[in-house]
Amino acid sequence: MIPLDVLGNAIVMTVVITVSSFLIGAILGVPLVLLRTSRFGVVRVLTRALIDVLRGVPPVVWIFILYFGVSSDVIKLDPLTAAIGGLGVISCAYLAEIYRGGLLSVHAGQTEAAQALGFGQVGIFTRIVAPQAFRVCLPSAATYGIGLLKDSSLASTIGVAEIAFRATAQARSGGDGITPFVIAGVLYIALSMPLAYLSRTLDTKLRMKVSV
Amino acid sequence: MNGLIEQWIDWLPSLVDGLGVSVQLAVVSLLIGLPLGLAEALLVASPNRIVRWITLAVVEFGRGTPTLVLLYLIYYGLPSQGLVLPAFGSAVVALSFMTGAYTSEIIRASLQAVPRGLVEAAAALGINRWGTFRFILFPEGIRIAIPALMGFAIQLFQTTSLVFLITLPELLSRAYSIGSTTFQYTSVLALAGVLYLLVTLPSGWLAALLEKRMGRHLA
Repeated sequence: MIPLDVLGNAIVMTVVITVSSFLIGAILGVPLVLLRTSRFGVVRVLTRALIDVLRGVPPVVWIFILYFGVSSDVIKLDPLTAAIGGLGVISCAYLAEIYRGGLLSVHAGQTEAAQALGFGQVGIFTRIVAPQAFRVCLPSAATYGIGLLKDSSLASTIGVAEIAFRATAQARSGGDGITPFVIAGVLYIALSMPLAYLSRTLDTKLRMKVSV
Repeated sequence: MNGLIEQWIDWLPSLVDGLGVSVQLAVVSLLIGLPLGLAEALLVASPNRIVRWITLAVVEFGRGTPTLVLLYLIYYGLPSQGLVLPAFGSAVVALSFMTGAYTSEIIRASLQAVPRGLVEAAAALGINRWGTFRFILFPEGIRIAIPALMGFAIQLFQTTSLVFLITLPELLSRAYSIGSTTFQYTSVLALAGVLYLLVTLPSGWLAALLEKRMGRHLA
């Protein structure tokens, strides 16, 4: 059996990868969605192409490009940074599209009404559009976060000691090829549960406050 | 730049072969996984509580566990129980299991989205349960499910890149082995990325087009 502290570290590592790459995506997704909905057609088309390329190549290929390619040609990256970087870059593309869906769901009449009431550009966005868009984005963003939790297992392929990595090591050394992976699977499900629960309760609360 | 293009032309045949393996794997997994997904969608709605719970557990495990873990579970786990599958077989089992779990949720939601009035009309016309399913629920439900299923199929194709872990010579594992002998990782992985895009981008456009078309009569 794996010592508990090793298992604990593996769980922490999985959470660190998931949370960091989600945060990178959530932050970088904002400028990306602004470019994606820009007034200039060229900017829109280029951003859309970028998003399509980021989403069209398997995540593990991005992680490999960062870890084996960029790391040997440009700047040395340790496995954890490469994994977080790769997943973060993909997340920003997915989250930008989720943001866009949220923004589109806010009726244009809302913006017009705010303009008529004398709100400024910034006020319209921060006080009228963003809160309603956030409500719409939340369930999709949470679903994406759960997907990201599972994708964090890809970090094991470049040697980050997270849950899947520990399970593989255990299976190789112990000869029992089933138990470690079943435990790993259950751990991933257990980790995703609070996230799903949080998203559901927050969604219900927001639904009562903001209606779109 | 010329060097890069020459390299790419050199590597292309091997990588295209790999792409063929990836596509094959995705297609076989869909062919097995989709009927499995339909069966799971129906069993989750079974009146028998035990059947319902077991199916639900299978679906939740398939959706909640990373595919990488499923793949290892089957590739390393089954041999320790005395069942040795070749790499392609293990990959198909893992990916079909995952396909069944994901598509069962899509199919279940789509069947529920079929307007109740159609089912009631069928009952009023004296069509029995099987007939209602065969001629009304199933065709209407699948029509609703198709855009989401296409989206899933693209995701599944991307997921086939994981089977390099069990040494199946698909696109990524070929790119990786070229990289490890030439040390031109960036270049060869970029080419692999381009080949993945050649499949995922057009299928994504097709899915978007279908979604628009299908939505037209519903709107």
